[in-house]
Amino acid sequence: MIRTISFRINGQEVQLQTHPLRRLLDVLRDDLELSGSKEGCGEGECGACSVLLDGRLVNSCLLPVALAEGRDVVTIEGYRQTERFALLRNCFEAAGSVQCGFCTPGMIMAAEALLRENPHPEPGDIRTALSGNLCRCTGYSMIVQAVLLAAREGEGLW
Amino acid sequence: MVKACRPRSLMEALEIRDGGEDSILLAGGTDLMVQHRRGSGVLPDLPEKTMFIGHLSELQEVSVEGEGISIGAACTLARLLGEPNLPDYIKVPLAQMASPAVRNVATIGGNICNSSPAGDTLPMLYALEARLLIQSRRASHSMAVEDFITAPGQNRLQPNEILTQVQIPAAVFDNYYYRKIGARKANAVSKLSFFALSRREGQQIQELRIALGAVAPTVIRSREGESLLAGLNPEEIIPVLPEVWACYQSLIRPIDDVRSSREYRRRVALALLENYLRSLGEGFL
Repeated sequence: MIRTISFRINGQEVQLQTHPLRRLLDVLRDDLELSGSKEGCGEGECGACSVLLDGRLVNSCLLPVALAEGRDVVTIEGYRQTERFALLRNCFEAAGSVQCGFCTPGMIMAAEALLRENPHPEPGDIRTALSGNLCRCTGYSMIVQAVLLAAREGEGLW
Repeated sequence: MVKACRPRSLMEALEIRDGGEDSILLAGGTDLMVQHRRGSGVLPDLPEKTMFIGHLSELQEVSVEGEGISIGAACTLARLLGEPNLPDYIKVPLAQMASPAVRNVATIGGNICNSSPAGDTLPMLYALEARLLIQSRRASHSMAVEDFITAPGQNRLQPNEILTQVQIPAAVFDNYYYRKIGARKANAVSKLSFFALSRREGQQIQELRIALGAVAPTVIRSREGESLLAGLNPEEIIPVLPEVWACYQSLIRPIDDVRSSREYRRRVALALLENYLRSLGEGFL
């Protein structure tokens, strides 16, 4: 049951011979060697595997790769090439938002998904936007601070 | 090895469904991929041939017109939240479901066909008396969501059919009340939920509908309880509370499970009913 699946990954077209029910997360990590997306819970609770699908946040652990057919996937590896990432990284550093770092790629993708929809979020909007991403180190407030800071310093970027 | 197919049109999907081989429909997959997960690097163990239908354009349309609202079964929750013409009482339960990432993928038809007593679109759809358009290769018919779901995880969808559209009859409600009780704000499966709508003329209640989720094998409504309240003015509500309570007490038959206990569910369901009716009676809604 191998099929050809084509989609864009971080701006490049890929064509894979694979089973359509494989999780996008496994395809990213095992086939495409993009290991920035992490597996935490494997059931959509923790958001460590978050990527953008056509610009919207999704859990790659819940997505059969067939659902990416013809669509645009951006992972943390692609996003890190952008100016927006550079600013978010600086703000995460400045606010002390990273401890063990396991949730960070997912948090960054969730922050990007929020800011592209709403460049001037209130703290409550940020908490809602990050509500599907678990962090067991920071207690969240520093992450919310980092996103607020990015929205302020990134005027015009989003 | 699990088989899968990705039809290019609804007609092709219906033809495959008609072919006699059992298949399982996957739109967003956010429930199926959890129910059938086997862990990292391993295919989910979906029991039958999996048919992807989430991409079908025939299942994506939303229309809001005089005669009612129709929603394509593969519309995601996020898409519906972004529809400017849908009333708030449809959006409020959707906004509290799962997480942003799940809402971007999960579909309304998936939530209905999953038929969980804790499905969070269901109390709203029961209260709105939604009808489901069900198509097969040769025919289509519609049935009330209340008749479609028969037991936890069970519904009347036949192996040759696809749920294509959710139809909500036109109706005007001037207030709604929704409470979802869960362990966490995001990504919580409801311990129970309570959804109510009413329409008043002046002060008098013309019509009232109450649906409760996750307190019985399917979502419940009590036509008897609702009719006791129709026609009342606010000050007449509190005196009939005991009678209304009695209607719901026999219908509320919750279970003990990992999320909550039978007793907690029963007490909170009745307390929410009382809170809603008191709010209505005292003019807070």
